[in-house]
This record gives sequence, structure tokens and C-alpha cells, in this order.
Amino acid sequence: MSHRSDAIIIGGGHNGLVAAAYLARAGKKVQVLERRPVIGGAAVSERIFPGFTFSVFSYVVSLLRPEIIRDLDLPRHGLHILPLESTVTPLPNGDYLAGWGDADLSRRELYRHSPHDADAMIEFGRLMYHMAQAARPLLGTIPPDPTSLSPGDLKGMLRLGRHFRSLGAEKFHALYKLMTMSSADYLDEWFEFGPLKATKSASGIIGTFLGPRSPGSAYVLLHHYMGEIDGAFRAWGFARGGNGSVSQAIAAAAQSFGTQIATQASVKQLLVQGGRATGVVLENGDEYHAPIVISGLDPRRTFLDLVESKELPSEVLDRVRRFRFRGSSGKVNLALSELPQFTCMPGIGPQHRGAFSISPSVEYLERAYDDAKYGEYSRKPYMDIVFPSMIDPNMAPPGKHVASIFVQYVPYHLNGGWTPPKREAFGDAVIDTLAEYAPNLKSAILHRQVLTPLEIEQTLGLSEGNIFQGELALQQLFFLRPAAPWTQYNTPIKGYYQCGSGTHPGGGVMGAGGRNAALKILGELS
Amino acid sequence: MNIDNSLKHTPFHARTAPLVLGATWRRWSGYAVASSYDWLHDREYAAIRNAAALIDVSPLHKYQVSGRDAARLLDRIITRNVMKMQVGQVLYTPWCDARGKVIDDGTVSRLGEQAYRLTSAEPTFRFLQQNAVSLQVQIEETTERLGALALQGPLSRAVLNQVAEQSLDTLRYFRVAGSRIAGVDVEISRTGYTGDLGYEIWVPAAQAMAVWDALMTKGTDYGITPAGIWALDVARIEAGLLMADVDYHSSHRALIEDQQSSPFELSLDWAVNLEKEAFNGKRALKAEKERGIAWRFVGLEVEWDSFEALYKSVNLSAALPMIAWRSSTPVYRQGRQIGYASSGVWSPLLKKYLALAHIRAPHYALDTEVEFEVTVEHRRKRARAWVRKTPFFDPPRKKA
Repeated sequence: MSHRSDAIIIGGGHNGLVAAAYLARAGKKVQVLERRPVIGGAAVSERIFPGFTFSVFSYVVSLLRPEIIRDLDLPRHGLHILPLESTVTPLPNGDYLAGWGDADLSRRELYRHSPHDADAMIEFGRLMYHMAQAARPLLGTIPPDPTSLSPGDLKGMLRLGRHFRSLGAEKFHALYKLMTMSSADYLDEWFEFGPLKATKSASGIIGTFLGPRSPGSAYVLLHHYMGEIDGAFRAWGFARGGNGSVSQAIAAAAQSFGTQIATQASVKQLLVQGGRATGVVLENGDEYHAPIVISGLDPRRTFLDLVESKELPSEVLDRVRRFRFRGSSGKVNLALSELPQFTCMPGIGPQHRGAFSISPSVEYLERAYDDAKYGEYSRKPYMDIVFPSMIDPNMAPPGKHVASIFVQYVPYHLNGGWTPPKREAFGDAVIDTLAEYAPNLKSAILHRQVLTPLEIEQTLGLSEGNIFQGELALQQLFFLRPAAPWTQYNTPIKGYYQCGSGTHPGGGVMGAGGRNAALKILGELS
Repeated sequence: MNIDNSLKHTPFHARTAPLVLGATWRRWSGYAVASSYDWLHDREYAAIRNAAALIDVSPLHKYQVSGRDAARLLDRIITRNVMKMQVGQVLYTPWCDARGKVIDDGTVSRLGEQAYRLTSAEPTFRFLQQNAVSLQVQIEETTERLGALALQGPLSRAVLNQVAEQSLDTLRYFRVAGSRIAGVDVEISRTGYTGDLGYEIWVPAAQAMAVWDALMTKGTDYGITPAGIWALDVARIEAGLLMADVDYHSSHRALIEDQQSSPFELSLDWAVNLEKEAFNGKRALKAEKERGIAWRFVGLEVEWDSFEALYKSVNLSAALPMIAWRSSTPVYRQGRQIGYASSGVWSPLLKKYLALAHIRAPHYALDTEVEFEVTVEHRRKRARAWVRKTPFFDPPRKKA
């Protein structure tokens, strides 16, 4: 069987779907090929247990680019982002640190712990506003190649230079610090209260194999701040129906422009003729033909698995081989008969409509990292817990609840390798740790799903289970993501492109890679 | 631990809360305070100008600065000379960042040889700490520990003389002294935010209620009236007093440079002492003064006839802002925008529509005629207005 279209998208993750929608909107005939029975990649909602819906992998919307929401009119296609405003950090001494949606309440709470930090928060918030503003234009930019003399790249570098100069010295220095420091060191310059620094620095370790004291983690902190900042769009929230509904909305938009989406269509290989992509062949032998093929998969799959190595220069193969994945995050999804009650904040209340963060101190996080550094999962891990059924009651049967527990660190390369008993032992460590803060948790569990980086890799195809399709480390960002000089969504094979989180600007349910890639391709076609 | 998701309550809340008839609460620095107690604020405003109004100003940020270097710390922060302050003296002052942009304004009181109190609109604890490097000084935030009541109006002294152990007859303008009310140790300063005769009473939070009760009981014969922020706002505009976060933005909060102001641009020249020792922003302020000042903060008086005519043209009578507005209103001259007003209100006392405005050089000279934007029936119009001297209202009793 043979199919013909203008463009083929490999992988129906959110970036692939965004690329499809933009191309289709421009009049192209687009075919999306998804290996799994469900689209969405890591942004999926699935009923793993009867009656309970889970955002199985990614679970909040923080970074989805506002221009994509606007361009594709996603609200019309079903996107509805609900507020997720608070974060509560339970402390070992029975107290807590809470950050609420309201500035006065948050200040009152923080003041209780540190008057100094309550004051500092005002200026810190302003600085991060500026930093996110400084970094945000880069998200929608195709990274220029600093070593190239082509007019396009020179213009891009010039524009970039102008942008940085326009920041002024103070902001430029702050940005430089964010790009180079560890999140713990950076936060030390501002705050004194340990649990606050720990909870904030946790944003700097998510999805990376870094500790809060590792240089470079401050950038990851900024990466996560960019969504939190965009107040106008309330882009920090929870998608009604779970994160799968983000993918569904993008897919609906793409389909409204004529995109064809095939599921259970596993691409085996890229078809190349004379250095030019001509289509793909599926595992079942079906062939799809198009002059443009875009991979939403991670760089390892895009370059090493889907393409015969003879088609690629050896230095590219080498660079991609060295591109670091090192998945470090896991997920525990729970179906619950009742909500866990936290000793530090008894009862059911507004706290359950926000996140709980198990990050009592920077030392705690760093120790969690120590375990992982030496090939073990954290005995006392960092966790970010939300109860989606408290935000969207449709996620669980009436009176019942679901919990989403993001966990770090869970190394892909576990000493001796992962086995199902080890996976469940890891799940036990998570539940045991959390039960120290919420004693009724264990008796409330009806079902549990434990996902290590190995399950993430096996289910979604993300290499080494890295949720960002490759670490957000400085040496893997911007004009080095994923492998210079192939960082402008193109590859050495003509007509073969990449658009996943492994490209600039990286991970999170952002969609920027998909959009940038589509705009680049449309620019080349016109 | 149980969570408390309410706004903070002042030490007088148990007394003030039952008096708020229309649920007209508002936020002030994280506290819930009354916009007005009655449904309307007319009577409360009238008390400020005619009798004695009692205003809960506890949400003001308050800091106790003490120790050997207390004066040096404050002197390097504020724009006025702390070294020359006498015990019992109070200064109104702005303070700036290194670029000479105003961070905040408030008062400094010298309570003892080495003891000062700073009041501010913005949280200032960290800023004081940052400036205290290598100084021997203790900084304590007393915002929650101290309640504060403003007793303002021509009969305020008479009321206080009924309840305070020491007569207030000799307490001069911008001076502070210790006293006792209802057996409670308090400090009474002759200060306020109304431009009238008035006092502020600083009382330990735990004993605040006794002081409130004593004032209300003895004050009845003098028409004492609890007043909210709406009444206070009318009075402070008549007095030409600026309000942080309304008439200017703290340079710590401003997002762009245009949102920041120097003390000169706020017409606070009289509160900037460029002759004293080095202080935050001195160099920048000197340079600004030499360069010339780009903006001034001035009073505007809207001309009645042209204002009324705008309404007449659509068969309405003039609609007057009885509650002060705090939005930005463009000001023009000869068709070009030369600035903006940041607050305004109808003065029930002066029978004039008053506004406080930022005007660009050279249009800020007294009695300059300008055009003031007014929206009449969804259409933008312009009324004539004049740049006027502030305070608009300045009764001799304020300082007498």
C-alpha cells in the first residue's frame, strides 16, 4: 500500500501535531504517523484503571506558547486551562511553606518564615519577569549558527546581539548568572529560608541529571519560570481532561485544516534517494511518500534509528551519539479512595487544588541526587504532587481521586538494570516517603502505576526516558541543540527535518519546536 | 497547623469590623481595612475637616532602628539629614536607589538617643539590612507589634487632651513624645496624611483596643468619627500629598525606567539635602539637578465652566468624582500630551475638582493652562485646567 502527501510527520506528540497544524494551515497535505494507539506522545490522558483518567506522563501546562494557542485557536478545539495556583512544601518539623495564588497571602506566609525573604520575593519576582522577557524571544527564534557567514545567520546573530545589548548591563549580568550558576547558588544570593530555596531550586533539576548545586541548573529554573510568568494567558495550569486534551486540541486544529492522522503506524525507516528524503516505510511494510519528512522523535531516534548510517556524515553520528539523555524522572500515578491528608495542614482544603512539593531543603535534594549519581534511585526523592481530580472532577468517579506524583531522581541506568520488582520497590520508596507527610495515603490507594525512565522509554520511545528528549544542559541548548550545525530543524538529508523537544528551545509542553520547524519549512518552500 | 487564608487584621479589627456597614473592605499591605464605615464617606471626610476623625493606619510598615550606628544607617538611606535630628523630631522623607529613583517615602522619628522609627509604604526590612553592612545597628520590624491610629481634624487636640496624660498643647508640628492613654504607654506624633491639625498614636498591638475605646468614649463630645480610606484620600489630595503605588511607583517594583521617578520629579526638592554626607542616590540626584528636571508633580484645578459645558452639551449636569480616582488621566497642552494626572477628586470643602499630575518641562509653571481629559458619555473630551500650587488646602491650625 502506498500513500502520498506533501509532508509526513513521524510521531504524534504535541510538537509533531503543532508542526502538522501549521503546515496544513498553509495548505499542505499532511500525514501524521503515530506508533501508539493514542496520539499525544508524553502529553496523553489515559484511563489506566476503570473510571480514573490520568495525565500519565506530563501533567501540567506551563509553557505552551501563547502564539500557538492563538494561531491554532486551541480554545475552540477544546483546550481549557484551569488554574493551578498554590504550592505547599511540608516540612519535617510539622510546619509547612505555602505559596498561594494571591501575592498578599503568599507574602504573609513567607514572612512567617523569613521577613527578609518576603521582601526579597518582590524584587526577585521582578527580576525573573525581566529574565523570562529576555529569554522568551529566543523561544520563537530559529537559532542562528554563530560560525556561519550566511546572510541569514549573520542577520540572526546581529538580531541576537541587539537583543542582548538592549537588556542593559544589570539584566545582562543577571542573565549571565542564570546561564552559568547552579540554582542553589543563584537562590542563595536572594533568599535565606532553606525550604523556599529548595522548592524553587527544584524547578532547576526537573528532567535533568543535575543536582541543585550543579552548575547549569539555574538555566533550567529560568526555563520553568517562563511559563509561570505569562500571567496574561494563565499558562501555568492544568488542562481540563488532563494533558492529553492539549494534544487532542492541537490534533483537532490540525485535522480542521485537513491533516490525516494514523495511529498504530510505526515508522521503521526513512526512505532516502540520492541524499533526499522521499518518505517512510512502516514496520508493517506500508510506504508513505512525501518530499518533506519531519521527525518529532528525539535526536537519537531521528538520526540513528530511522536513518541508515551511510546517509549521515560520521561527525554528525558522533555528535548525536554523545547527546546526553540520562533520564532521571519517574512518575507514580495513583487512584485513590480518598484524598491524602497532610499532617502539616490537616483536612481537605485549597491546598489540594495546588501542588505539594517534597523539597524540605537543598541538602535533601542534593542527597536525592547523590543516590542517582551512583546508580541508585533516591531513597528520599523529590516529588511534585497534584490531585487532578480536585481541579477537574471528571478525572475520577465522584468522591474518588487521582494523584499524579512526579519523582526525581530515578536513573535510567540503574545499578544492575531495572526489573519489575525493582520498579515496585522504587514505587514503595515513593509511597513510604510521601506517607511520612500524609499518613492516610497508603490505605487510600486503590491502584498504582509506577513509571521509571525505562517504562517511559518503552512506552513512548523517549531515549533513556528523558522527558525533554535530551537534557536541558547548556552544552545542549540553542545553537548546539541537538547537534551543530543541524540545529535549525534541518538535517544533512534534504527534505528531512526535526521538530521535537530535542531541538531548540527544548522540553516542556511548549510546542515551540513544532512551530519553529513548520515556519522554517514554509519559509524554504516559499 | 491550620491554614489561614484571610487577609491580616489590624489590632483594632474587633472594633472597626462591626462599624463597616457595606462590606466596603479593601486591601492595604496585606491587611483588610475599611474604605468607609458608613455607606458613604461624606460624614467621615467632614470629621477630618470639622471635628476629629479616627483612622486605623496600622498597616503602615514600621521599623525600629537602634544602636550605635542607627543614625548613620538612616542617614545613608534617606535624602534628609538624620545627623541633625533632635530627640522627639519627626521627618517626612523619600529615599532612593543608587540611580536617584524613589524607592519609597515615609517618616523617620527619633525616639531616643540611639532609637529611631521608620515608617514606609513598602516592605523595607531587607533594604535596611542591605544598607546596614558593617554598621552596629539593630533592625526590627514592628509593623505587627504596633497599632497606629491617626486622629485628624481641628478638634483632635481637644480629644487627646481629654485622654492623654500629657497635654498636647506644647507638641509642635512633626514632633513626637511619649504619653499614656487608658494606662497604656503610647507615642503621640503630630503628623498625619490630611494636611490638617492631627496626630498619630503608636500603641502596642496587645493594648490597642483600650486606646481605641478611650478615644471613642471621650471623643464623642467632640464628634469623633471613625473614618476609612475614601475620606482620607480626599483629604490627602487636598493637602497635595502623594501616595506610593498610586502617584508613583517604587523603583523596586517598576518594570521599566519610565515608571520610576526621582524625588525632584515628585516635587520633593525640599526634602532632598544635597549638602549632607553621601547617601543613596546622591550622585545621580546632583547630576539630575544640574541637568535640569524633566518632570514635576503638581496640582491641577479643573475649570468648572469648561468641565460643566462638556456635560451640558449632552444634556447632563456635571458628574463629580466624590471618591478619589487613581487611574492615569492624560493632560494636554495645545493639543499635545504633556503629562498625566494620577489621582483626583472633587473637594467638598473647596468646591473644586482637584487632581495631582505629572507634567513634563516646561509646562509645569504655576497657572499654566492645560487640557484635562474627561470621558463624558463614552466620549473623550477635554476640560480646561490650571497648574496650581499645592497644598490646595493649608489651614494655619495644621502647624499652630
